[in-house]
Order: sequence, then structure tokens, then C-alpha cells
Amino acid sequence: MSFAVLYDSTRCVGCRFCERACAQKWGLPYNDAVAAEEKLSERKLTAVVTRGEVFGRRMCMHCLDPACVSVCPVAALKKTTSGPVVYDESRCMGCRYCMLACPFGVPVYEWSRLLPRIKKCNLCEERLRDGRPTACSEACPTGATVTGQREELVQEARRRMAASPGDYWPGIYGLREAGGTSVLMLAAVPPAQLGLPGRLPHEPLPALTWRALSLVPDVVGVGSVLLGSIYWITHRREEVAAAEGPRAAKPVKKGERP
Amino acid sequence: MKLRWPLTFWRAVFLAVMAAAACATWIRFSRGLGASTHLSDQFPWGLWIGFDVLCGVGLAAGGFTLAAVVHIFNIRRYEPIVRPAILTAFLGYVLVIVALLYDLGRPYRIWHPLVMWNPRSVMFEVAWCVTLYTTVLFFEVFPLILERLGRRRPLVWMHRAMIPLVIAGVILSTLHQSSLGSLYLIVPEKLHPLWYTPLLPLLFFVSAISVGLAMTIFESWHSSKAFGRQLELPLLASLGRVLAVVLLVYSTMRFRDLQRRGALARAFEGSTESWLFWLETVLTVVPMLLLFRSSIRTRPRSLYWCAVMVIFGFVTHRLNVSITGMEAASGTTYLPKWTEVSITLAIVAAGFAAFRLAVKYLPVFEAAHTPAAVPAELQPSPATAD
Repeated sequence: MSFAVLYDSTRCVGCRFCERACAQKWGLPYNDAVAAEEKLSERKLTAVVTRGEVFGRRMCMHCLDPACVSVCPVAALKKTTSGPVVYDESRCMGCRYCMLACPFGVPVYEWSRLLPRIKKCNLCEERLRDGRPTACSEACPTGATVTGQREELVQEARRRMAASPGDYWPGIYGLREAGGTSVLMLAAVPPAQLGLPGRLPHEPLPALTWRALSLVPDVVGVGSVLLGSIYWITHRREEVAAAEGPRAAKPVKKGERP
Repeated sequence: MKLRWPLTFWRAVFLAVMAAAACATWIRFSRGLGASTHLSDQFPWGLWIGFDVLCGVGLAAGGFTLAAVVHIFNIRRYEPIVRPAILTAFLGYVLVIVALLYDLGRPYRIWHPLVMWNPRSVMFEVAWCVTLYTTVLFFEVFPLILERLGRRRPLVWMHRAMIPLVIAGVILSTLHQSSLGSLYLIVPEKLHPLWYTPLLPLLFFVSAISVGLAMTIFESWHSSKAFGRQLELPLLASLGRVLAVVLLVYSTMRFRDLQRRGALARAFEGSTESWLFWLETVLTVVPMLLLFRSSIRTRPRSLYWCAVMVIFGFVTHRLNVSITGMEAASGTTYLPKWTEVSITLAIVAAGFAAFRLAVKYLPVFEAAHTPAAVPAELQPSPATAD
């Protein structure tokens, strides 16, 4: 059982209450200028995007097997069993590999600070623990964003699509993208139109790295044996030559093998 | 009174570069990454990672390549150029670490990967390998200092430990030279298809070997100019031959891979990416073809220029992977800020200066004194017909 969020773009009216609630929760200033920015930044951990009549939402997708967690050299990012991907700033050294690796472009950096941190949505992990919905779900007046168990939300999404197939682009974004995510999205238009990466592999991204990384023990094992052996062979000749040296100077008697 | 350090043209350049870098350093460490770089949430890795780290580590690859050739494969005639190669490697790694201190958001936590493990992370592996290999290199360079000080006893001691050290060095290098390529395996949808391939680790490893050899030729030429030494031409010419073969292996893998993935057509799309791809290709294939001709290899000047082309081709490839190829998907453009450029220049300049000082004061271009009473004078290396 793990928590998830379902965002249904067809129910979203673009009121940005989710943005405001999110900013409040993180203690970030929220005003018209911030509201007008339609991308994630250190000021904004969720963003409503407007595409004509249609709205979309950007936030951490909380992948089931997150690229950011796999690449972090100090394990500052973790996927909790209850769903959220959380960040421990006390470990982070600021290499920003998570930002490079995230297929959704989610982790952002406090570029203006001298000792910056990564910033990202944590799916209101602390609220989920208390059995409360995420701040954005709670603030949503139309039910476009809801919190629940992932399996149930997938069923719910399927129900909605089956009930009015004409209203939806056929597909639940996040069901399989990048191996599946804990944030699921429904919309009337293809996800790419809402600024989401359209063509992501369905295999978890960390598998791509692991294929190379899992060879490391073999390189160490086989490599040392191989190099050691080559050394032994190439230097054996010298040892033989050295041992033979004084004798070779004398004429070798017949029948006597050096 | 005559100045001990007369201000020559290059010294003036050096001072100017260092002065600019001092300003840049001040900005970086007083106002942070935002003020000192053109990096952004969309483009988190720039010149410092793309050039200083990815290229720096590669350019230092001559150390493990030549150490393996001489100490493991026991091809003794290359002995005179092992030391400069290992010295380059050591300086290279130290400078890579310096560059990392600029690039990390919280540089004082650079040691964190050593205690906070995540074995699934390529960066974790790179951090460990770079730490261990820099240590190995220190022990490989240390005998130079001991020799200079005339300390024989610890030398005997260190000589015994040499082979395990060299083997460890080769393995660690193999691992993290290729891992620098593995860093980009996680971005299949971001990196341009001309550069994204599951073969990235292999390509990075082979290109590191090629550029390690090219760097050895490059610095031998410069040292011979600077110190009026004889150029070990037959040796360098035969390195040039090996270099040609390594480049052939690299180019074959590179093009076969492009063709297999059906990405070759993208090279003709006329985009910025495709032009930079051709720049990289020309700078690899042209020196390869030239180096296959013995008349080119045996002329110091043309051998030198081939090495320079290989180095530039290598740098172009790494910058293409880390910057050019990542730009389109990022939805933004990245041009390094003057502060980023000046730190990078200063790091290169510091490398040149440190190498020069080391050559001046340490027995770099002398054969290793094996403590077992081998005459200190270098036997003239057998002129290898080339």
C-alpha cells in the first residue's frame, strides 16, 4: 500500500489554490508575481500551467523507482515505502546529479543561496503520516487533485475514463512512464501538450545505469587476476633470463638443460 | 638587480589568468553558484563538469595506460615516459578535485560519499575511484620526491609495493574512466541520439586511452622545447602508432554504434549538433589517418600536431556529451559565464605551471632508480625502427 495523488486536468479550473497551499506549507512567499511563473523553481514546488482552455500541473511525480534516488551519491534522496520521494538536506553535497537525471525536470536548486539546497515536493509526507491528504489535495475546490492509495486511484482513473471516454486522452500518465509514478494524471489532451515529457521509456531509468554498474565487481575480480597474470608471465621471462644469465655465459654442456 | 623571474609573455598571460580567477573565486564563494555561473534548473551541469571534470580525468589517463604498459606488460622501452605520464595524471586528478570544490553546492561536504553510501549511484562509484586513484597516484609520484631527497630506504620499500599499486591504479582507472560515460546512461530522453548510447562507458574508456597517449606526446614535445632535452622520438613515434590503432578501434565502435541505433542520419540534419558532431569526428579521424603514415609519425612537429588534434577531438566529444547534446532537451541555452571560463583557464594554467615546476625540481625525465643498483643513467633506449 502506498500513497499517491491523482490529478484530473478536466476538473481543474486553474484557480492555483494548490500552489498557494503548497507555498504556505513550505513557508515560501506567494504573490501574483510568483503565481505568474508557470514553472517549478526554488520559489514554487508545484505549478499550474495554462495551455489555452486546458490546465496542467507540475510537481514531483514520485516515481516508483526514481532516477534521482538511484543517482544520488550520498543517498540524500529516498523513496519511502509509503510513496513519497523525500530529501535529506543534511547529506546533500550539491552535485545536482538528481536534477540532471530526473526525466520530469523536477528537482530545483537554490541558486541564489551561498549554501544551496535541492527543493522538491515531498508529497506532504508529514501530513500523510497523520492520515491527512496532501496540502494541494486539501486546497483543491473542484476535486481535480485527490490523495489516495495508488491502486485505488488507478481504478478511479479507469472508471472516469470509462464513464466519459470522449472527455479524456486515452491513457493514465504515470501508470507506466519511467516505470510508473505515484502521481497520476488524466487530461483531455496528450500529456506533451501540458508540458510533460511525452515519450518516456516504460522501463525504470535506474535499470539503464545498473546494467553498466553491476559489471563493477567483475571488472575488479577479472581485471586484477588478468593483470596479475600478465605481470607474472611477462616478468617470468626476466626471472628465467636472470637465473640463466651466469650459466648462459659458460658453454652449456651437452645433455644439460638450462 | 636582475629579476629571478623575468616577466615573459607566458608569465604575463599566466598572471592575468590567475588574477581573473581570483576575482571569479571571490564571487563564487561569497555569492554562490547563481552569481558565478550561467547554470539553471534546466541546465544544472555546465563547463566545470563538462570540461574540468570529464575532460580533466580523461586527459590524465596517460598515467594508468603507460604504467600498465611498462610495469604490467613489461615493455621496458617506454620507461622514460612513464614518469611524466604519472605526474600528469596526479596533477590532473588534484585539479579535478579543485574544480569539484568550485562546482559542488556545498564543497565542504565533498567527503560525504565516502561515508554515506549509495552503491546504485555512478557518482558514488566515481567518487570512490577518484579518491582511491588519487591516493594511488600520490604513492606513484612520491618516489620522485624521495629520490630527489636521496632517501634510499623508503624507496626500496615503495618499490615492493609498486606492482599492486599499479594494478589497483589500472583497475580504478578502468572503472571510473568508463563510469564518467555511465553518468549519462540515465538520460536517454535528454541526450541527443548522436551521443546517447548504451556504449557510452566503453567509448569513454577507449577515448581516455587515446587522449592519454596524445597527452604524453604533447607534453614530451613541450618539455623538450622548454628544457632543451632530446625528444624521445622513436618512442613517441611508436606511441603514435599505438594511438592510431586506438583511434581506429574507437572510430569503428562509434560509427558501428551510430549505424546500429539508426542515428547516423541525424549527422546530416544540418543542426548545430550535427556540425559539432562532424567537428569531433574530423578531429578524430584525420589524426588517425595521418598517424598511420610513418613519415608523419617520425616528424616531431607533425606528430605533435596530430596529438593536438586528438586532444581537441576528445574535448569536443566530451563537451558534446555534457553540453551540446543536452541543450535541446533542456529547453534553454547554456553559454558559460566569464567566471566559469576564467576558473577553467586558471585550472589549465595551474596544471601547466605545476608540471613545469615538477619537471624542473624533480627527476621526472630520468629513468626510475630501481634500488637494486641499476645505474642511474638512462641507457639510451634502443632505437625502435618505426
